[in-house]
Amino acid sequence: MEGDEYVSTTIEPPMKEPSIKVETHRAPMPPKERLETIFHVENLDCIYGSKAAVKGVDMEIYKNLVTAIIGPSGCGKSTYLRCFNRMNDLIPSFRQTGTIQYHGTDISGSNIDPVAVRRNIGMVFQRPNPFPKSIYDNVAWGCRVLGMKDGMDERVERALTQAALWDEVKDRLKASGLSLSGGQQQRLCIARAIAVEPDVVLMDEPASALDPIATQAIEQLMHGLKSQYTFIIVTHNMQQAARVADMTAFFSISHGAEGQRWGELIEYDGTEKIFTAPSDKRTEDYVTGRFG
Amino acid sequence: MSAADVTATPTRRPFTGRRVRFGDAALQLVAGGAALGATVLVGLIIWKVIDGSRPSISKYGLGFVTRVAWNPVVGHELYGAGSFIFGTLITSFFALLIATPLALGVALFLTELAPRWIQAPVTALVETLAAVPSVVIGLWGILVLGPALRTNIESWLHSAFGWIPLFGPPSAAGASIFTAIVVLSIMILPIVSSISRELFLGVPPELKEGALALGTTRWEMIRGVVFPYARGGIAAALILGLGRAMGEAIAVTQVIGGGVFIHWSLFSGGDTLGSKIAASYQGASTDLQSASLIYLGLILLVLSLIANIAAQGIVRQVAKKHGVTRGGHA
Amino acid sequence: MSAQQLTGGPDFRTNHLVRRKRVNMGMEALAWLAAAIAIAILGIVVWSVARKGWSELNLDLITKNPIPFSLTNAPQGLSNAFAGTLVIVGLATLMALPVGILIAVYLNEFAPPSIRTGIGLILDILAGVPAIVIGIFVFVLLVSGSGQSAVKGAFSLAILMLPFVARTTIEVLALVPNSLREASLGLGIPAWRTTLSIVLPRAIGGIVTGTVLAVARVAGETAPLLFTSSLVGTQTSWNPSHALQTVPVAIFELSESPDPKDHARAWAAGFILLVFILFASLSARWLATRHARKIAGR
Repeated sequence: MEGDEYVSTTIEPPMKEPSIKVETHRAPMPPKERLETIFHVENLDCIYGSKAAVKGVDMEIYKNLVTAIIGPSGCGKSTYLRCFNRMNDLIPSFRQTGTIQYHGTDISGSNIDPVAVRRNIGMVFQRPNPFPKSIYDNVAWGCRVLGMKDGMDERVERALTQAALWDEVKDRLKASGLSLSGGQQQRLCIARAIAVEPDVVLMDEPASALDPIATQAIEQLMHGLKSQYTFIIVTHNMQQAARVADMTAFFSISHGAEGQRWGELIEYDGTEKIFTAPSDKRTEDYVTGRFG
Repeated sequence: MSAADVTATPTRRPFTGRRVRFGDAALQLVAGGAALGATVLVGLIIWKVIDGSRPSISKYGLGFVTRVAWNPVVGHELYGAGSFIFGTLITSFFALLIATPLALGVALFLTELAPRWIQAPVTALVETLAAVPSVVIGLWGILVLGPALRTNIESWLHSAFGWIPLFGPPSAAGASIFTAIVVLSIMILPIVSSISRELFLGVPPELKEGALALGTTRWEMIRGVVFPYARGGIAAALILGLGRAMGEAIAVTQVIGGGVFIHWSLFSGGDTLGSKIAASYQGASTDLQSASLIYLGLILLVLSLIANIAAQGIVRQVAKKHGVTRGGHA
Repeated sequence: MSAQQLTGGPDFRTNHLVRRKRVNMGMEALAWLAAAIAIAILGIVVWSVARKGWSELNLDLITKNPIPFSLTNAPQGLSNAFAGTLVIVGLATLMALPVGILIAVYLNEFAPPSIRTGIGLILDILAGVPAIVIGIFVFVLLVSGSGQSAVKGAFSLAILMLPFVARTTIEVLALVPNSLREASLGLGIPAWRTTLSIVLPRAIGGIVTGTVLAVARVAGETAPLLFTSSLVGTQTSWNPSHALQTVPVAIFELSESPDPKDHARAWAAGFILLVFILFASLSARWLATRHARKIAGR
């Protein structure tokens, strides 16, 4: 169930009528030999207090791809995502076992400085959270603080352009970031995240608070930026995963003998396969809408 | 925070054409009368204080404000507020200067740095100090702090840096402007700290997360997100603290040592507007002296009102700013 | 672990990170230091007062009168001050409470928004007047020419209490759900009756809390009483038309005396005052949570 297998871009004979039409403009994935592993997750558990939220995840995430994490609510997708940039450290009762190797280094260890990790692995949150600063400063602040002080105007323009926001705000860079609409604010947050030149961008349900047009803008953004960044996106919207993701990981809730619940990785494969010919029945049930 | 911010929609408007009951009208009249009374009271306070100081105002005019003198000897009477205004401003500003970093440090500590189990006892400690009446702080100041400061700090500073005019000969028993400054900073520390703490707690967590997710350190996040967000409120808190320090008369008069003239040395005695008034409570010898004391009170009232209104203005501005709704235009 | 190892990126990232982390540690250390200093100071004050006060505590304080200008070792106390404080604070509460509640009722139930902000402003201004100026005011208004009395002292304390009581009552009244008022009005009960019999009783917990807190605050006030009730006798009196001694004023006078025995009594009285204030504040807090729980549970 790891994404080790070569994934073809042709649609195999489906087991039944697929209910998710995989309509996408994305380019086919490169062949396996050219896929570079950026994250290697091994036996990861996420534990709050004494209760496990996520158990036993093994997966490889590949560079310059969009990887989607889907699953029913409560299966620990966001928790899992936040492991990648050590944001769970902010929660006092959180513990993690297992390893996440980033370019070969285990970033989950206590000897690793989360500040350094977050420098390279950025995050966009579910609800847009721009700073109460001007649009320009929203993008520039992070760069300044992180020591990238030269050519700030160009940096800001580049980030806003990549986030598909430049044209709309170029005349009012001094306006407050809070004066933008929801969709624009989220794109501002994306611009802010990519302005500091991260390696990976994590997105936690980035479009769930947005209308369809804003959602579409963000999805197209991801297409365009894939060549420069690696995206991991959590989404509860299957169609969205089908549209943007190259690889898809399906998480679901498992139950224990004494009634405990935890999230587990069920299946992880190329998006086409997950949605048209999943190997696991639980995956099939979810993507065909039989539950979840 | 203030009374004006709390609103509730009344379920009916008075006298809107319904048949008016006597009871309703009576209650509204009485209650409205109380509200009117409060308004009248404020006006009355201002008027009566002006009225009581009239003999002194008519004799000295505005020159009173700058003159450094206080001579109650009959036949040579001369009064002026100069040294007391100076005393008030010096003690209050220095107290604020000392208290602010400490108060902000405590507030930051409690909201960002302290482990869970420390928060409750420290908060309780700060609130306990806020509950200590000023006369008791003054008592502690006279009997404990003053002598301790004199022995340990004033003499050392004088012997080491006596050439700086600020550090003159140590006070006789610890009663000095310096002691008053320390006492005032202790008194305003809880207020500034509590308000700052509330402000820091009010910073939306998603803003802080957004900053940390960029790879900033905790301090950078505090400086870039928490402080700017809380900036207005902290300014208001500081002005509130300043107003409190300026208005404090009892503890100051207990420890400040008394004195009419302006000295360079922090260790000499002096008086503030409030402390001079309090020191003279047993009665003035002449009507002119009475009126001049009340004139001091008038100046103090004006200063306090300015600080109060400034603080309120800032609070209203901040409330407006943070009320900016998202999604202004498409 | 360096950033360079994580990205293989250019060196400047690493250098900056090290420096930034050092700045971060420095600032955190400063915050810890400031907190430590502040906590130490606060702790010293509270501990000092508690220790000295406790050691000087004795029953004579409450039962015996002071003996002025005494060089004797005869037992003396401050019973006149405790009696006077009870009388004056009690009277002040009686004066401030009804007026404060009425103001709150007016603001909440009758006033149009503009008046609401206006009166709110008035209350905030009133709250910002220093206690000593209030003392001067009452002196000019009532005392000058006609002498001091406990009632006049109570009046000055009532002015201090008023904005506090009004503000907390406003907040509590605003919490009473409108549906309650509407239900009552819908039954045909007139508005004034609704307010007095339905709304106010619902808010009574918060009003009591606010009053207790106001009492706690004002019990330790010295400045206004200096001008209204400080020329006092040494006998314990409960007569409000005389100037009565109060605990804060007594502490004030004793603190200026050179006699260490006077200091001892001042510490003890201060200790009792502080304990009372803390007890009142804590009870008010406890009452508030209990009341809130009752409302929620209903």
